[in-house]
Amino acid sequence: MIEVEHLTKNYGPRSAVKDLSFQINQGEVVGFLGPNGAGKSTTMNILTCILPATEGKARVCGFDTFEQSMEIRKVIGYLPETPPLYQDMVVDKFLAFSAGLRHVPRKKISAAVDRVLQQCGLGDVRHRIIGRLSKGYQQRVGLAQAMIHDPKILILDEPTIGLDPIQIIEIRKLIQELGKAHTILLSSHILPEVTQICQRVIIINEGEIVAMDTLDGLNASMRHSRRLELKVRQPADGIQAKLEGLGRVISVQMRGQNLFVIESEPDAHLQDEVARMALDQQWGIEELKPMDMTLEDIFLKLTTEEKEVREVQA
Amino acid sequence: MKSILWIARREMGSFFYSPIFYVVTALFLFINSFMFVPALMFFSAQSLKATQFQQMGISLNPNEMVIEPSLANMGVILLFIIPILTMRSFAEERKNKTFSLLLSSPVHLRDIVAGKFLACLGVVAFMILLSSYTVLFVLALGQPEIGPILSGYLGVLLMMGCFIALGVFASSLTDNQIIAAAISFSLSLFMWIIGWAAESADSGVGIILNYFSLVSHLEPFTKGIIDTSDVAYYLSFIVFVLFFTYRVLDSRRWR
Repeated sequence: MIEVEHLTKNYGPRSAVKDLSFQINQGEVVGFLGPNGAGKSTTMNILTCILPATEGKARVCGFDTFEQSMEIRKVIGYLPETPPLYQDMVVDKFLAFSAGLRHVPRKKISAAVDRVLQQCGLGDVRHRIIGRLSKGYQQRVGLAQAMIHDPKILILDEPTIGLDPIQIIEIRKLIQELGKAHTILLSSHILPEVTQICQRVIIINEGEIVAMDTLDGLNASMRHSRRLELKVRQPADGIQAKLEGLGRVISVQMRGQNLFVIESEPDAHLQDEVARMALDQQWGIEELKPMDMTLEDIFLKLTTEEKEVREVQA
Repeated sequence: MKSILWIARREMGSFFYSPIFYVVTALFLFINSFMFVPALMFFSAQSLKATQFQQMGISLNPNEMVIEPSLANMGVILLFIIPILTMRSFAEERKNKTFSLLLSSPVHLRDIVAGKFLACLGVVAFMILLSSYTVLFVLALGQPEIGPILSGYLGVLLMMGCFIALGVFASSLTDNQIIAAAISFSLSLFMWIIGWAAESADSGVGIILNYFSLVSHLEPFTKGIIDTSDVAYYLSFIVFVLFFTYRVLDSRRWR
């Protein structure tokens, strides 16, 4: 559906994107992850034919972004970082205008507007002026605008930015719903969001891809150890030493008075042994749980490891 | 073509939503009327004198005495006003980041430029139409020829088209509306006064400068002459400037 090959984009001497290559298949929901200024928006602007690439090729639905941009624009729906809304327009008039821009036939415009109003939960505000709506509603209007011509591909640049927690949950639900019928490329720097919505993640840093895998795959490949968290009621001396005495434990960290993080070999399952020891010694188990590596950890690890390697090379 | 009209329609709609349009139109109508009244008074006073000296064979022409100067005046007022209308066309889109909606739509950039231009032209045409009530006074008071009035209005509209094109061009250069208005006003004024330099220049250079002046092509229209060379001048001026606008916008994508 989307193929990117050796994409490079320079703004003057500074390059925003360096030699980017990836593929997105039909029906996938892919998260595009990176810190601010990593080149996410630039890549999206190239895919939506707003910016030309300096080098390399990008194809959407088999069309080249440079040579056949008109074809691509017809099948793509784009929500930029700042939703492109004319503040002085009424919601349904604005959506009708976007429909016309995307070549929705005159007679089908009002049906299309009704459809996206319903999908994005905008029915109540359809006659209101966009500039007077809350940020959350404006974001939804932005999303509605991107979906108005029922595009095959949706490109959403930080769709939940600036929303309150309830609105974020609503927008995520909506995107998950849309993911059933559309191919979606979604950028974010909020990691749990991507874990929830996406099947696959592309992590980008300083214009280069640092990792590209499914979430499970990333978790597996990044995991060099397994960690357990133990919280006890009766802080006693020597807990740390006793835990360290268990087989296959690599290290035990003490976090505060009664919280211990036990790091063990990747294929060791120490829950039973730790529990038994805690019961025998009457430490009083408050909590005993495995610590999964969050995407945050992966992200930090990847981006900082990358830096370390580069610093060594330099 | 469909996209051009679609964009122009929205653009005109946004004019009618914005207070700028109403303020500007009100001021335009006020100043235009203020300049029209003395011309009309002068004409009626002169006609009164003429009737007293009818035997001397003086006949006064309302076209020449009222319509022609008021069309020229209208041109001057619009010279000041048009930059305020055109300054937002691209500058505002960029500033509010709405331009990406148009750019990511299956609409060619030249259609966007044409749509913006047509919207401004439509608004200005509407303003001129509102101001044309003055003609009714002349019709009531004298017997002006209708032909030159119509051709005069056509000429003014064409000249305004050139100002609008320059304004849209200026708006494509910057994100700042004030700067866009300043550039647009300076360019329009320059194209206006270029004819003044012609008067003091050598004959050869003078003819060329005079040919480039926007005003010198207006005079025949107000006299009732629609010369294809004047029409061609205005139209090619507009197309040329809009083409430049297109190139500027296109090249900005590469930076």
